[in-house]
Amino acid sequence: MSKLVVTSIGPASSVQDAGRPGSQRYGLVPSGAMDRLALAAANTLVGNELFAAAVEIGPFGAAFTARGGAVRIALAGAARNADIGGRPVASHSSATLADGETLNLGFARGGSFSYLAIEHGIAGEPMFGSLSVNARAGLGSPYTRPLQSGDELTTQPASGTAERRIELPPATDAPIRVLFGPQDDEFAEDAKQLFLDSEWKISATSDRMGYRLEGPVIKHLDGHNIVSDGTVNGSIQVPGNGQPIVLMPDRGTSGGYPKIATVISADFGRFAQISAGRPFRFKAVTMAEAQAEAIRFRQLLNSLPDRLRAIEDFSLNIEALRDANVAGQAVSAVDAATWQVAVP
Amino acid sequence: MPETLSPPRLLPSGDAAITVEFSRTIDDAANRRVLALDRIIAAEPIAGTTETVPTYRSLLVHYDPVEIGFDALGEQLLARAAKALPTAAGTRRWRIPVAYGGENGIDLEDVAKALNTTPDDIVARHVAGDYRVAMIGFTPGWSYLSGLEKSLHMPRRKDPRLLTPAGTISIGGIQTGVQCLAGPSGWHLLGRTAVRTYQLHRDPIFLLEPGDAITFTAVDAKTFAEQDRAAEAGELIAEQVAP
Repeated sequence: MSKLVVTSIGPASSVQDAGRPGSQRYGLVPSGAMDRLALAAANTLVGNELFAAAVEIGPFGAAFTARGGAVRIALAGAARNADIGGRPVASHSSATLADGETLNLGFARGGSFSYLAIEHGIAGEPMFGSLSVNARAGLGSPYTRPLQSGDELTTQPASGTAERRIELPPATDAPIRVLFGPQDDEFAEDAKQLFLDSEWKISATSDRMGYRLEGPVIKHLDGHNIVSDGTVNGSIQVPGNGQPIVLMPDRGTSGGYPKIATVISADFGRFAQISAGRPFRFKAVTMAEAQAEAIRFRQLLNSLPDRLRAIEDFSLNIEALRDANVAGQAVSAVDAATWQVAVP
Repeated sequence: MPETLSPPRLLPSGDAAITVEFSRTIDDAANRRVLALDRIIAAEPIAGTTETVPTYRSLLVHYDPVEIGFDALGEQLLARAAKALPTAAGTRRWRIPVAYGGENGIDLEDVAKALNTTPDDIVARHVAGDYRVAMIGFTPGWSYLSGLEKSLHMPRRKDPRLLTPAGTISIGGIQTGVQCLAGPSGWHLLGRTAVRTYQLHRDPIFLLEPGDAITFTAVDAKTFAEQDRAAEAGELIAEQVAP
């Protein structure tokens, strides 16, 4: 047995997989990873099933130490400075910690959540088919709460497989696409237009239950109480103060505020990654577009194993290249932050 | 002649769920139609749907848009809604013991004052009710019941409490409910039950189903404490009685 011991970790970090759908009729929300593509990419890098349980790491730094044997890991999602005993680890690639070595992770850059997948997965007792943490319901394994320093994640020793990187489509800052409904008729046309025309920011008080949006007040036509109905990931509800809340994987299964729109499933992970305070916009699409995007997103997930690449020798010294005045070419070819070949 | 049923509205909840809306208000007839559609989908499943979530006035149907599109699913849902006749038959009935008032129901006296009567009278009216689980939602096992007597309808608290105890029995608006886990609530707390509507490592984990019938019976605080210990050890406490 090998162990990855949490040597330091910030809030909002927990074990997550695809969650536990199927019991929402009993008030049990599925939970699960905020960014499924990043979870799947990290797992693919270490040969796991797409939605095996991994560590979802919030915006702050973290450190993990291998004990009892070598541990092979991979990182995907928000980029951060990462090293194992001083050796840099690129985002979207795998690496191996020798017994006793520590993986140090800096703050998230250009996103909120990173996924640390562990080869052979994390040992635990699935509840309703999932290891995902849902503290309120007392669910999750090996812990029913967010991770803390000293926690231990048990796994199998590293296989010694050659390390890989994974090529994902380039990140985009395009507006977050939404479908109006189910209660957009509780809002006047100009309120819906204001929702689309405005720049929004995610409040720092947001969490895995909901992202509070800061922007103009969206007025209801006729009061803000509706009879509770079911919610989904990405439901955009508008409470009495007119400041929308986007419901996230730990949401209540039902809610009593009108829902003006819903983030499309293909954009949900991208939305979840928007950092607090960074401005963004929404864009309305048709059901046909949203469902075509859902199919494309599934194809992307299914293509992940084909996107694995060998890690090239990046032993070139970028600083030296910059000094030698070939930096323009070097920086465009290799992203120094991630040490990845830029993908067109 | 069978009753002609107006078709429900199909509202998109994103690209992977449809809200099938029978009413915009709390309406017992609409809730029966919701539960009837839920039952018929369970009996005649639609390929591509993943789970259904009944609420007071609508059925949320989750689906995989890679398997079935909005229009095709909508057609199948409308066809089933037209066939699904609302019926109250076949429900289970549970008797749930409640310790009313005192530290178990801190709002009982205020509710009695607000309604110009005595705490005993409020308890008598609440126990006399014939309730049905209209929906379970918000947090695990939180069961919203229909059937609250009109004289007990009262607005929710202006200042919701951030923490109310597990097992709380409360009233709010035209509803009453069984709350399983400790959590926030804006309702008026009448009492507590030892019954866990959600309990891990017990069979069944979830006690109540939408559509189940419920009657309450009053017990004293000492009995509640005993029942609470037995419930913690895995006993159901709720009794299933003739429907």
